[in-house]
Amino acid sequence: MIPEIGHYALILALCVAVVQGVLPIYGAAVRNSSLMAVAKPAARGQFLLVLTAFCCLGYAFAVKDFSVLYVAATSNSQLPLHYRLAAIWGAHEGSLLLWMFILSIWMVAVSFFSTHLPEAMRARILGVMGLVSVGFLLFMLTVSNPFERLIPAALDGRDLNPLLQDPGMVIHPPMLYMGYVGFSVAFSFAIAALLGGTLDAAWARWSRPWTTVAWCFMTVGVAMGSGWAYYELGWGGWWFWDPVENASFMPWLAGTALMHSLAVTDKRGGFKAWSVLLAIMAFSLSLLGTFLVRSGVLTSVHAFATDPKRGLFILVFLAIVIGGSLVLYAWRAPRVGLGGGFALISREGMLLANNVLLVAALGSVLLGTLYPLFLDALDLGKISVGPPYFDTVFLPLMTPAIFLMGIGPLAQWKQASLPALAIRLRWAFGVSLVTAVVVPWLMGQWTPLVTLGLLMAFWILATIVVDLRERLLQAEGGGSIGGRVALLPRAYWGMVVAHAGVALFIVGVTMVKGFEAEQDVRMNVGETATLGGYTFRFDGTQQVNGPNYVAARGTIHVSQDGKEVTVMYPEKRRYFVQNQTMTEAAIATGLLRDLYVSLGEPLEGGAWSVRLYHKPFIDWIWGGCLVMAAGGILAISDRRYRLAWRRKEATVPVEAQLARPTVT
Amino acid sequence: MNRFLIPFGLFIVVVGFLAVGLTLNPRELPSPLVGKAAPEFSLPQLHDPGKVISSNDLKGKVWLLNFWASWCGGCKDEHPVLIHLAQSGEVPIYGMDYKDQRSEALAWLKEWGNPYQIVAVDEPGRIGINYGVYGVPETYVIDKAGVIRYKQIGPLREDILDKKIMPLVRELQNQ
Repeated sequence: MIPEIGHYALILALCVAVVQGVLPIYGAAVRNSSLMAVAKPAARGQFLLVLTAFCCLGYAFAVKDFSVLYVAATSNSQLPLHYRLAAIWGAHEGSLLLWMFILSIWMVAVSFFSTHLPEAMRARILGVMGLVSVGFLLFMLTVSNPFERLIPAALDGRDLNPLLQDPGMVIHPPMLYMGYVGFSVAFSFAIAALLGGTLDAAWARWSRPWTTVAWCFMTVGVAMGSGWAYYELGWGGWWFWDPVENASFMPWLAGTALMHSLAVTDKRGGFKAWSVLLAIMAFSLSLLGTFLVRSGVLTSVHAFATDPKRGLFILVFLAIVIGGSLVLYAWRAPRVGLGGGFALISREGMLLANNVLLVAALGSVLLGTLYPLFLDALDLGKISVGPPYFDTVFLPLMTPAIFLMGIGPLAQWKQASLPALAIRLRWAFGVSLVTAVVVPWLMGQWTPLVTLGLLMAFWILATIVVDLRERLLQAEGGGSIGGRVALLPRAYWGMVVAHAGVALFIVGVTMVKGFEAEQDVRMNVGETATLGGYTFRFDGTQQVNGPNYVAARGTIHVSQDGKEVTVMYPEKRRYFVQNQTMTEAAIATGLLRDLYVSLGEPLEGGAWSVRLYHKPFIDWIWGGCLVMAAGGILAISDRRYRLAWRRKEATVPVEAQLARPTVT
Repeated sequence: MNRFLIPFGLFIVVVGFLAVGLTLNPRELPSPLVGKAAPEFSLPQLHDPGKVISSNDLKGKVWLLNFWASWCGGCKDEHPVLIHLAQSGEVPIYGMDYKDQRSEALAWLKEWGNPYQIVAVDEPGRIGINYGVYGVPETYVIDKAGVIRYKQIGPLREDILDKKIMPLVRELQNQ
């Protein structure tokens, strides 16, 4: 009964979505405000219906209702409750429901935080989001219904893939989807602006906080995915340029470019058509990612079970949404105008160059991801494009981008003087160059790539210091340092923090690539191995029973200079239901290094093959991403956004004051 | 020509490729081992652990080598096809019980039927590595000289058997 309620709620949600997608947009075109007013209640109603469906599926998992096909396929009676609930998004159908649920959350958020927008604009935005949700609801109801029954019911479920039975997997998909789907808001803003023909600075100002929030979620989501791959897959790697990883990375790149481009549109009125195109691209790439993961056109460790009907549906949907938007763009964008002119050497110029580099990087990732498909389609053979390609094209594109990242914030709008910039930045460059050359040398191994990486990181930090110093000196009437710091807008601090996050990220990547060490050893009980100055002693394995698995747990004592540092317990688990063996690595995390131990295969006499890794600074990779996201959050807490809310709240008392005389 | 149409044009090209991509199977990888000598093995037999089955014993005839396991879902899907083929007696099928437990494998064959002449036991999966097994089930066609002529990744289906494997087997048998 409960699953049928969920199914029915989805059907109703589809009806509401159709209404929400058609009436407000039509109303905005004919300036009928009662039709436009449908948007808000429709968005909220749709949210409640999708929430109902989501809860129904959650309930089916909670009570182990194995008469629901999806529940039987992705959970098991022995699976703990929190993983049963996370199993809602453990496979294709349920993850679509999660996608839809998050889309409805964003719609409700827009309906609440858009009171300051003109009514026609709001109606169009919610209308476009309604149309997007029509597509997804149709997709679910036609070829991927999570509520499909299994009659007769299964005695027990087939269990969730053991790889996904992990706390990271509980949070990673919702985070990533918040980002993916969050770009639908910026997309809807762009389409609404194209429909209405009002592409002005105000449009950019409204889009910015939404884009930044989505970008923050996306950043955390991608970082968590990478972290999950690191500790769960047991190979010690953190990024594999796998098609599905690329599918999440491409919208992130587009979103990053969009944030910077919107800044120009907001402040200077430039880059309008470009911002619109980036907004369309960011969401299109999110949709493309969905297609790649679910259609089976590319091989990937992440790919969902595939079905050609689903692939075809998403492709048609993709063609309509993206194709339609791009046609609309080609039709309306020429009238938008170019905004104010600027010199090549100016903040606009640098942001434009940065944007071009980001989009070029995006294009090369897209090319590398789809290249095997292109060749196969043209019958030119089967190839796979791997990390060497991506590393080779990515570094040369990112190096100038990072360099510009240091200069951009110091350059004036419209026109800047190159010699003056050079003088302001000569110390920053000198200091970062010397440090970058000396540090790897002190660490005992000098390579050009490590120096280049560190140069980029130190350059970002040094330019931030120069910029901060100049601005704090200029801040008028601040008096004390604290007062001066408070004078600078939070949006500025957000940028500083996010850029510093990029620097931390680069330090992490550089150090790991330059100094990591690994060993694949056969270890008898009591035997030791040395790596990176640490001594690992293997004390054998013992059997441990988990809720739905049995594990061989190894004990490894780690010591440095004779003093014990930590004890590590790597596991080799065998999950009963799918009879799958999983390597559960043990990781000793530290600020300056990770020790990473995973069990290979058992050998005779209680010995095991053991993989040991020493990974300097690896946590800085994810730490840097979190700092970037924190910068984003700081930026949206800026005064001007808070003022916008406050002004809106202030309207109520004003009306009350006006009403008073009529009462008395 | 409107330069704002460029993104749309690029997109159309990508969609075209994606549409073609839907009709292709990226998992259909040509094996580098096709055309090369089948890696040798000498392993205990499933039904009689005391005896050994060696690839050298099979020289001089065309045979199929099928990697399977009792824990593998796809193996159950292809099982009726194998049984049917075994009943026709056209070509001998040898099984390779891959990373499996003896008792479970025996129970599985007892329940679903045994299409194999002899089943070899590859418990650590070493032979699977030599053959480049991506995942079970996989099936190899090996000729009289002990050369791999064809590799099927994933479950066998009647149509693959009729169109690809059996014509090849007959051709090889007549050589």
